[in-house]
Amino acid sequence: MNEPGRRIEVASDQDVVRVRQQVRTLAVAVKLSLVDQTKIVTAASELARNTLVYGGGGWVEVAPADNGRRKGIRIVFSDHGPGIADLDLAFTDGYTTGGGLGLGLSGARRLVDEFDIVTAVGEGTTITVTKWCR
Amino acid sequence: MERVPVLKIGDILLVSIQIDMEDQVALQLQEDLAERIVATGCHGVIIDISALDIVDSFVGRTLATIAAISRVLDAETVVVGMRPAVAITLVELGLSLPGIRTALNVELGMDLLAREREDNGDDDEETNGLEGAETPAVPAP
Ligand SMILES: Nc1ncnc2c1ncn2[C@@H]1O[C@H](COP(=O)(O)OP(=O)(O)O)[C@@H](O)[C@H]1O
Ligand SMILES: [Mg+2]
Repeated sequence: MNEPGRRIEVASDQDVVRVRQQVRTLAVAVKLSLVDQTKIVTAASELARNTLVYGGGGWVEVAPADNGRRKGIRIVFSDHGPGIADLDLAFTDGYTTGGGLGLGLSGARRLVDEFDIVTAVGEGTTITVTKWCR
Repeated sequence: MERVPVLKIGDILLVSIQIDMEDQVALQLQEDLAERIVATGCHGVIIDISALDIVDSFVGRTLATIAAISRVLDAETVVVGMRPAVAITLVELGLSLPGIRTALNVELGMDLLAREREDNGDDDEETNGLEGAETPAVPAP
């Protein structure tokens, strides 16, 4: 079910571009619709930037997904940064501690089919998202 | 680092974004445009994003900031060529780009700027006011 993915280290702006490219390529390969390709690449861009900016860097893994009924794409974003103390707050539209628009977490969650977050203060944050073909 | 070129065409600055921009490249474009508006005295900026397959909140914010900066420098910004899938995604992301004028393509963008200039009687003093206040770039929390 969980095929091995490609791991991308995220330590710079350029790596965020690399994540977008990797996700784009796989989204096309698994035949997501054009709108869904756009949504998953946008969500990945938001979450990879968070990994870099707030997580202090980390890694992203992009892999094909298959639940027996549908194919799709699964992406994991992981860092050993400060973690998120108040998740409700972090998912509030417009909430930012870094002068952003505060739409990355909440917006990314709206753009994907499945969104899972594991975070612990002082340990880090791991977010897994999935987008399925319709 | 790559740089997005800014072209001067008559009274208009034209920016056609052809690359997947690193965040630093987007910030550099913001600065370059502000400088070129002042250096050329242009009253219109057209940003063609037809080659972009996504616009995330960083690029969205950059576009809104460019529009705000140009307005302060007496230039109007029009974003042209947004792909339908990008528009759908932007709205779902929660970014409606308030304060940004849009047109379907460069030609219609130029028409829009020309019409605006005429409507405003081409008189700088009169139209500057506090018009920008209508358009917060950041949605209220
Ligand atoms: N990986 C992360 N590690 C720690 N904090 C994070 C992480 N991702 C997001 N956050 C926190 O959640 C807030 C909201 O994130 P987001 O919705 O992407 O908005 P923005 O990036 O504009 O601040 C951030 O300002 C930050 O405080
Ligand atoms: Mg963010």
